[in-house]
Amino acid sequence: MRRMIVTSAATAAGIVLLLSLKPHGSASAQSLPVISSDTGAAPAPASSGASGSGTSTGPTSGSSSPAAPAAGGTRTVTGSAVDTRYGPVQVRITLTGSKLTKVDVIQYPSESNRDEEINSYALPELNQEAIAAGNANIDSVSGATYTSDGYTRSLQSALDQAGIH
Amino acid sequence: MLRHAEEVMGTVVSFAVPNADDPAVLAGPIAELHRLDRLFSTYRPDSDISRLGRGELTVEQCDPLVAEVLASCRAVTAESDGWFSMGVPPAEGRGRPGGRLDPSGWVKGWAVERASALLTAAGFTDHTVTGGGDVQARGQAAPGRPWRVGVADPQRPDHLVAVVSAAGDFAVATSGTAERGAHIIDPRTGRPADELLSLTVIGPGLARTDAYATAAFAMGPRRALPWLTALPGHEALAVLPDGTRLGTHGLPHYLANPT
Repeated sequence: MRRMIVTSAATAAGIVLLLSLKPHGSASAQSLPVISSDTGAAPAPASSGASGSGTSTGPTSGSSSPAAPAAGGTRTVTGSAVDTRYGPVQVRITLTGSKLTKVDVIQYPSESNRDEEINSYALPELNQEAIAAGNANIDSVSGATYTSDGYTRSLQSALDQAGIH
Repeated sequence: MLRHAEEVMGTVVSFAVPNADDPAVLAGPIAELHRLDRLFSTYRPDSDISRLGRGELTVEQCDPLVAEVLASCRAVTAESDGWFSMGVPPAEGRGRPGGRLDPSGWVKGWAVERASALLTAAGFTDHTVTGGGDVQARGQAAPGRPWRVGVADPQRPDHLVAVVSAAGDFAVATSGTAERGAHIIDPRTGRPADELLSLTVIGPGLARTDAYATAAFAMGPRRALPWLTALPGHEALAVLPDGTRLGTHGLPHYLANPT
């Protein structure tokens, strides 16, 4: 029964989080495919012993009893994946003491048109000056060079010429 | 380092073999490329694939590789939810149900991977074979030095958007519009795919890596990046029309220092 409570609470948090992401473009670049939310002072959904199906990690301050965590002890609980109208959602919540302090969405719909999803694939470190091929010490080139005619003008051709003695 | 560029399959296939001097080591792989071209070229009316498309041969009467290629194309079509296609789209195949049989999206990368496998079988485990901008790299360029493959910048000639490198075997395939214009057709609309300037896929073997790049380009970035993220062992780098670069989460593992 405890497990059911935690799972449904976590799922509800996941859907709320998913919806709240919709108008924002804040999915951070180059992050792991995990959306995190610090819930601040949100109340714990199952304050008495949310062992659920999850694992206990982090400093537990010597408390080994999930039913009575020491104040300040941190536990994480992973909910079951649940199908929503947007696709499967799975969340992991972090409890510090009796407070819900963090929600990680560890699975979320991959098939959507939201800009946030595209943003999560952004690679700002690549948006720099183009690399001059002559300085890059490369062995081969991948690119849209398809025809024999195009080859003669290609970087690959230059590399081949340089290497043929 | 033995280097050789062979004109075949309507493009040029380049070989680089560090531990060889004698061009004869390339004779087998080169002969195989020409044989595969004779079997699969849609530009040759007497190829098995052309005759099969006209109904003059059955699959059973073709070279056994034809059945293998058709099965591979069907597999990739299924894996890509229909975004990879071996028939021409309705817009061009009008009047011909199912369109003309054309497995070209598979054959080039597969042929290059086969040529690479022949080199490996001959004992040359370190090499690159590059066909029309799609690279199969095996082993290393020199002891302790992995192969470095530049990804061409679709907006600036003689520039790169990234240098891809990895210890061991990897393949890099790029689909784009830079040279041939909008030639990749969205199989669902029959219209050119235009949401990307280029899309590069990195994977273990060039046959699938190249086919995935073709399918992903047709998908556009919104579908392609989540799809490629879910494919084990494959990563992607996309360049959008405004120059923005996007990548799958595992891509940085393959990005080398640019100089």
